[in-house]
Amino acid sequence: MNNSKGKRSNGDEHEDEDDEEEDEANGGGLEAWERAYADERSWESLQEDESGLLRPIDNKATYHAQYRRRIRSTPSTARIQKGLIRYLYIVVDLSRAASEMDFKPSRMAVVAKNVEAFIREFFDQNPLSQLGLVFVKDGVAQCLTELGGSPDSHIKALMGKLECSGEASLQNALELVYGYLKQVPSYGHREVLILYSALSTCDPGDIMETIQQCKKSKIRCSVVGLSAEIFICKHLCQETGGLYSIALDESHLKELLLEHAPPPPAIAEFAIASLIKMGFPQRAAEGVVSICSCHKEPKVGGGYTCPRCKARVCELPTECCVCGLTLVSSPHLARSYHHLFPITLFSEVSPSYSSKQQQRIPKNCFGCQQSLLNPGNKPGLFVACPKCSQFFCLDCDIYIHESLHNCPGCESLRHSKPVIDAEE
Amino acid sequence: MSPAPSVASKLYADDVSLLMVLVDTNPFFWGTAAANSSSLSFSSFLSHVLAFLNSIHLVNQLNHVVVIATGFNSCQCVYDSSETTNRISDDGLPAVYLKLLHNLEEFVNNDEKMCKNDFQTGLTSSLLSGSLSMALCYIQRVFRSGPLHPQPRILCIQGSPDGPEQYVAIMNSIFSAQRSMVPIDSCVIGAQHSAFLQQASYITGGVYLKPQHLDGLFQYLSMVLSFNDMTLILHEMQAFLFLCLAVWALTSTCSQMQTVFATDLHSRSVLQLPKPVGVDFRASCFCHKNTIDMGYICSVCLSIFCEHHKKCSTCGSVFGQPQADASKADRKRKAPGSPRHPRA
Repeated sequence: MNNSKGKRSNGDEHEDEDDEEEDEANGGGLEAWERAYADERSWESLQEDESGLLRPIDNKATYHAQYRRRIRSTPSTARIQKGLIRYLYIVVDLSRAASEMDFKPSRMAVVAKNVEAFIREFFDQNPLSQLGLVFVKDGVAQCLTELGGSPDSHIKALMGKLECSGEASLQNALELVYGYLKQVPSYGHREVLILYSALSTCDPGDIMETIQQCKKSKIRCSVVGLSAEIFICKHLCQETGGLYSIALDESHLKELLLEHAPPPPAIAEFAIASLIKMGFPQRAAEGVVSICSCHKEPKVGGGYTCPRCKARVCELPTECCVCGLTLVSSPHLARSYHHLFPITLFSEVSPSYSSKQQQRIPKNCFGCQQSLLNPGNKPGLFVACPKCSQFFCLDCDIYIHESLHNCPGCESLRHSKPVIDAEE
Repeated sequence: MSPAPSVASKLYADDVSLLMVLVDTNPFFWGTAAANSSSLSFSSFLSHVLAFLNSIHLVNQLNHVVVIATGFNSCQCVYDSSETTNRISDDGLPAVYLKLLHNLEEFVNNDEKMCKNDFQTGLTSSLLSGSLSMALCYIQRVFRSGPLHPQPRILCIQGSPDGPEQYVAIMNSIFSAQRSMVPIDSCVIGAQHSAFLQQASYITGGVYLKPQHLDGLFQYLSMVLSFNDMTLILHEMQAFLFLCLAVWALTSTCSQMQTVFATDLHSRSVLQLPKPVGVDFRASCFCHKNTIDMGYICSVCLSIFCEHHKKCSTCGSVFGQPQADASKADRKRKAPGSPRHPRA
């Protein structure tokens, strides 16, 4: 019996290691010998078990606690209005300071890699929003891509133009972006996200005026710094209601950037609510040849037809180039609905509670059917949905709240009432 | 009972699949199907499903199958091939299927009991969103089991019509499946097309199929499979198995789903799978549930309306005049401010 138990714990150990490896691989994508060892104190994640063997600390519970803290810290008021239609310019500082090597291999490369991840995440979370890229180098700002909805074209443009030289100019960047953003429709949220490597700014005029101008036209400016805090950036963010943060290392930079991906709460005076006329084009039948209005090329199959002017466009969401109607597909809209109908936070069920009413607790997680008992047949920590009172394991809890946005228990019941009756 | 160590020790090739089969057990659908002599009865449907599960194991012994029943009032996992041992019982049926049938029967009875409380509601849809969510949670568990895991996919065998009230939940599941690269295949055995499953299969890259004749389905096989491609590219052994399977399916009265849905994800690239006939991407408005191809969207919550409203019924925002705003923006655009590059 003892022997088999030992075997089992060994098996679990392997599993834990696998999990950890996976986590780390997700974080850096590097082999163990390629990773920096400075911050990693691998010996601290080991503990001795009863028989004197070393095994990794079961950090599932602490990880889960962190996750719960994070989820609670986000405002839980259900009917919060979000700025779902965003017009965001990303300003990337490619001045001399971006060639510094404190981030490996250089700040520029790290920024580019993270901006790519950010762009993908941004379009995943804000399907109807648009994004543009601006570079600052040699004291001037250049527009790399105009506002657009296709992640691939932005990423391609970004990767093609990575050279750094000269000084950075905050004012020129702001002026340029201001010129573009004041044209966007009033229902859109105007935002600028600046990735600033330099410690100075080389401006042609009074930057304070520019900041006031941005404030007046409701442009929310956020800055992620790579070196040290600068007063003018802090002032800019305070004035325009943005966030200012400084990245400590590469993973922190990624975290800070991705904080800007979910839609910000809508602020009434920032964007005026309005009804936007949109078209839902049908997908054209396969094998039909037509000339697309966006590339002016004949194409076979695929494509969508604008319901108003019957022009053909290649991808959604876009604006019809002929009649200007905004074209979306219903899945694009549905992608944002989980922001509007968030699922309730599951409540933790402590082992003591479960031992008291053991007969009521099912053995398996309702979602993944995994046993809710720990290896030693002790009841582990798990959670329950307050609405359908089904039990879930911690992994499912995270998956349900972070990715699925559905409670499998509530969805598997026609009405929530019979359950309460059954409980009583 | 604990499948984890054996799972970890298995070495998976790229053609080992985890197949989540969502079976529609909605009594309203099967009740009408039984009344209609031309359609499939539940028992013959079940025998098709069992034959299908057998063929999955025949293609690769390591394939892992989970069956989730989608009922009218509840959903439940009724079969997990990793939990049961393959013994032949006295009746000739493998023990696994006895267990499946036993669980299924129990589930259907429970489902019916819950049904009696509130029968008067006019709904006839089954809880697809629940079984999809469960399937995705299960798949996440397999992803967590380590770097080597079988390739997951979901097969929905759906007969009942779509439930509009599940729209948001089903879309959430679809996007989550898309993010974790899990294709959702659908086999619609009901009378009309399912717009939900069309979108699910299109978005996740799965196969959508609505067989025309439910008993004579093997006829479709020859159209669906192109053996020449297969024998060229697939390993001999596997091609042989497919051939066996196909021949067996041709000779028995199995449905087409055997061959379309039994193939693993890698073999799909060399098969001629049914092409989507077109996907209905039109939205339905929140106010009248009409399907529209042009409409108004609330800029705050993206609710869809077929006509202009003063106030959003979902989020309560009061709308300004969109036309007036647009013209103002236009005027601004025509009067450009100071030069953009003072330094340049």
